[in-house]
Amino acid sequence: MTTAYNIIVCGSLVPDPLQTLEPIQGPTGPALKNEMMLPSVLDPWAGHSLFEAANLAKQHPGSKVTLLSIGPKAKLQQLMMIIAQKVPFELVCLDGSASGFMDSREVAAALAGAIEKIPGLDKTKLLVFGGCSSASRDSGTTMQMIAEQLGITDVFLAVDELKFQADGSFRLLERVEGGQYQVSTCTGAPVVIGWATGNLPEPPNNPQVGMANMRTIMPSLQKAQPAGLKTDAIKFASVQLPGQQRQTRIVKDTPIDEIAKEIVTWIKG
Amino acid sequence: MEKILFLAHTDSNGQLPKVALETLNAALQIKQGLAGSTLTIGLVGENVQAAADQIASCGMEKALGVSGADFGMSRYATDVKAAAALGTASGATIIIAPATSRFSRALPGAAFRLKATIDTHVSGIQFTEGVLQIQRWYYRQRMMATLTRVARPWIIAIDSGVFPPWQGTKGSAKVEAVSVAVADQEKRTKMTGIEAPSADAQTIRPEAQILLVAGAGWTKKQTDGQIHAKEAEKHILDFLKLAKASLGSSKSLVDQGSEGEAVLTCMSHLNQVGQTGSTPRHPKGLSTCCHGEEPHVVGWRFINERRAINTDASCGWAQGKADVLYVADAFAVMSKVNELLAKG
Ligand SMILES: Cc1cc2nc3c(=O)[nH]c(=O)nc-3n(C[C@H](O)[C@H](O)[C@H](O)COP(=O)(O)OP(=O)(O)OC[C@H]3O[C@@H](n4cnc5c(N)ncnc54)[C@H](O)[C@@H]3O)c2cc1C
Repeated sequence: MTTAYNIIVCGSLVPDPLQTLEPIQGPTGPALKNEMMLPSVLDPWAGHSLFEAANLAKQHPGSKVTLLSIGPKAKLQQLMMIIAQKVPFELVCLDGSASGFMDSREVAAALAGAIEKIPGLDKTKLLVFGGCSSASRDSGTTMQMIAEQLGITDVFLAVDELKFQADGSFRLLERVEGGQYQVSTCTGAPVVIGWATGNLPEPPNNPQVGMANMRTIMPSLQKAQPAGLKTDAIKFASVQLPGQQRQTRIVKDTPIDEIAKEIVTWIKG
Repeated sequence: MEKILFLAHTDSNGQLPKVALETLNAALQIKQGLAGSTLTIGLVGENVQAAADQIASCGMEKALGVSGADFGMSRYATDVKAAAALGTASGATIIIAPATSRFSRALPGAAFRLKATIDTHVSGIQFTEGVLQIQRWYYRQRMMATLTRVARPWIIAIDSGVFPPWQGTKGSAKVEAVSVAVADQEKRTKMTGIEAPSADAQTIRPEAQILLVAGAGWTKKQTDGQIHAKEAEKHILDFLKLAKASLGSSKSLVDQGSEGEAVLTCMSHLNQVGQTGSTPRHPKGLSTCCHGEEPHVVGWRFINERRAINTDASCGWAQGKADVLYVADAFAVMSKVNELLAKG
């Protein structure tokens, strides 16, 4: 008999990476220019973890996937329009900043608090997923702090593969130095996993999945509570775009031999 | 006056990894910058004596160690306990640690237990009016912040390649053992080994002088209307061997594996550079058949000299992202480059 898991995926929105970003000084610290107007995407590594969660839920009937997000309500709603058709999930959300300049400790405390409030949660069947780091703060610290608050002591970071073994234990591959994997086994749930890319392509849109998801998404957005994040932990002295643009020398209509020679000289230089 | 703890773990040979020696230099700089501060060394590993001896002459006040078979493997539950115990035993106000994969996993948990704040991917330190400030990037290398924190303890995880490794003479250090009891519950996870992503030669070499990036163009139809994936792979692997290069990839090229198109078998997602990939550090980088879009190029933040080969003169590299763009067929250029490199 397979186990039915409760899979909570922590993930929120980040600016579309194709957008130009510019830092500004906001009333409570650094922010992005036109932050509320920037098109957003689901934080990519968290997105991969959502797809992995949905795939696992499919293989373990009775499992449930909950997407837990902190973000400005209006922006979360826009994001849901993009991702609701991807995979089945229920949404739990908190209204608050998704800015990279927030301290992860605050964010983790709010997320763990929201997990603890999910009714009927059986911690022995709990898999908490998220990205190994965000595309905004890029700190890779939030998932571990959630684990600590929930009392979960098996944590994995930068995971590309989670396999369920016949005896109910897990086998995981974590990215480590030099492009290698650390292989670990764990006796089973509960675990916290910060995913890297995983192995699944982005699922195609499925309108039926979207319709089913919307039944929980809209009420969840409506009753989203304020996340209560404070912004005073970090004292920013400055936030700047990197200085120089390079003066690109464009070498055109030049014989291959000459180009190759120039490249070899450069490599050896 | 700060109580600084340099926290590190041993590698599989019982020594300190290079990034730990780099981080020790950062710790020493902080000690020097904050007058009256003290430096304690905290080591985690199966046996930490050799590592302590390795840095015995660094100017430490004290060395603490958590050791034993339970601490030989990289595992969250035991690492977090060891790091927190060393934090407590040292009474540290600032903890400086290397951002190894092992510590990147464990330190945030230790921060929680120590009621500490933590900053990761730290890529610089400075002192302004006697205050320690750190530098780190936000939005995946898009903007750099200089910041400080008032709360203590403050854990600072330093990325590799930022500081030169500490060099000094070996000695014999007296290591004070900090005992940490491990419950069965904390041994649910076991590290069983290290695996390379494919059976092929190791293509990711963090120490390489040059990074070769391959883009999706290598597996696109060329002017003859054909795909030349085998030939592409040969050019790439030959170059890696001849130039002792590390191999990076664009997202499009490695995604092709999961999307059923032509693939280069030497590539995996681990090679991906960029927004959702890695941000390697190498003195030089050569991009081939890659368009140079912003989500890719943010991964080049720490590549100093950049050149690109692309058939498209208006590709992203032309827009101030590379020092030199060669508008040419990468198949032809790389074949010739390899020929010249082979001649020595
Ligand atoms: C959320 C998100 C995250 C992303 N993260 C990343 C990331 O981490 N890393 C990343 O790389 N991308 C990332 N991207 C994707 C990025 O926007 C680009 O789509 C991707 O980098 C394009 O890859 P490419 O340049 O290899 O392929 P293409 O855009 O297909 O470019 C191929 C290039 O090859 C050239 N070419 C073809 N044949 C030859 C030849 N014979 N000689 C020379 N040149 C030739 C073509 O002129 C073209 O410029 C991300 C996108 C999103 C939305």
